[in-house]
Amino acid sequence: MQNQLDMFKVFRNPEHIKALAKLINLEAPKKIKVMEVCGGHTHTIMKYGLPQILKNSFEFVHGPGCPVCVMPKNRIDHAYILANQKDVILVTLGDMIKVPGSHGSLADARSKGADVRFVYSPMDVLKIAAQNPTKKVIFFAIGFETTTPMSAALIKHVIEKKLSNVLFHINHVTVPEAMEALLVNGSLIDAFIGPSHVSVITGSKIYDKFPKEYKKPVVVAGFEPVDVMEGLLMIARQVKEGRSELENQYTRSVTFEGNIVAQKLIDTYFEKRDGFIWRGLGNIPKSALKLKDEFSSYDAEVVYKDALPNDLVDDHKSCICGEILRGLAKPTDCKVFGTACKPSSPIGSCMVSSEGACAAYYKYGNLL
Amino acid sequence: MCLSIPSKVIEIDENNLATVDTMGAKRQVTLDLIDEEVKVGDYVLIHVGFAMNKISEKEALESLKIYEEIAELMNNGEIDESEGDVNYAKPT
Ligand code: SF4
Repeated sequence: MQNQLDMFKVFRNPEHIKALAKLINLEAPKKIKVMEVCGGHTHTIMKYGLPQILKNSFEFVHGPGCPVCVMPKNRIDHAYILANQKDVILVTLGDMIKVPGSHGSLADARSKGADVRFVYSPMDVLKIAAQNPTKKVIFFAIGFETTTPMSAALIKHVIEKKLSNVLFHINHVTVPEAMEALLVNGSLIDAFIGPSHVSVITGSKIYDKFPKEYKKPVVVAGFEPVDVMEGLLMIARQVKEGRSELENQYTRSVTFEGNIVAQKLIDTYFEKRDGFIWRGLGNIPKSALKLKDEFSSYDAEVVYKDALPNDLVDDHKSCICGEILRGLAKPTDCKVFGTACKPSSPIGSCMVSSEGACAAYYKYGNLL
Repeated sequence: MCLSIPSKVIEIDENNLATVDTMGAKRQVTLDLIDEEVKVGDYVLIHVGFAMNKISEKEALESLKIYEEIAELMNNGEIDESEGDVNYAKPT
């Protein structure tokens, strides 16, 4: 049996999807407003047409969990400006390529001659730094708790190998603080689906306060359609029975405590910022990380302080990404959705990343 | 960027680098973040070049058992075909 288990196919089995849909529709006592916090879940939900097959039991509110989508223009501008500094190679993950800032995207910077490189893994920075000893290599780090330990592992290697030409621009953001900001601001959400990969690192414990303090059920679920649906079934049952608890659907890799090695690595190099501006959500206290002061010689925000502006930059005026991220609007409510704004020519960040709600609606919109 | 992908370990070298197979595509990932022993044949979750954690086959099989039971229950006439809108969209 061991080797016959195909981790992909079995969790996409249409028979299971069908059976779970029936059971969910049967058990949900009312139409439940659920927020899938993470863009990866938005993608699964749209791809498998869940809003349609569960239209009597769930309304999906697409949450802020797409790191590219929540990055304010000011930070994109930082990347653009850093890329244009003398003798700098700016390295980041592929999702950042097309995000428009005030001066243009990183792809634009590159076409105008800046040395911008998109990598699959943060570890590729080590190679680039070794091959370019006379250049400063700046890693523009993005992502939630899932990618933070990788940035920490990179800085550990940089320090151990005594590389003096690697710097970091840190934009790591944290999930629970954003969820709390939504609730405090009065979002009408009944329950949350938490992303499994965040909790693989952090443990499910980061959501402990939501059932306790806010009486909102939270289920940590995997990304395959059957995982998401089992998570929804668990929420439907909680609502039916009047419970609000923290439950874990993704027991095959998530524990309450999470990956301690990764957590220790993060704690060694990073600390909380006082606040961070999220696109659409504004300033959220303690919702992002920065390098600790003792590592400030590696911090591009410190080293290039004079070149980097701090001012807030307004988003494009037709773009309603902000409202979408707060669960107040759907992509289809945007006037330029699918016309002026498409994945090939995005106006707002929700259309840029494949995990953004607008991109998911554009790609799978015929299933709505 | 944010998807983590289950992959099977097919080789581990002395630098704690593993070669994994993700639906037929092979790539190298570091095992630096993993605190338990990883062996060839294990499944791990991959994210931007790192293995984040092992996947428990036992738990996976248990989930599958639950789905089989639900499917059986739903197909045994306990619920009428017309109940719920199961005219789902086929995955692409
Ligand atoms: S469709 Fe484009 S402009 Fe409209 S909200 Fe989405 S990203 Fe913004």
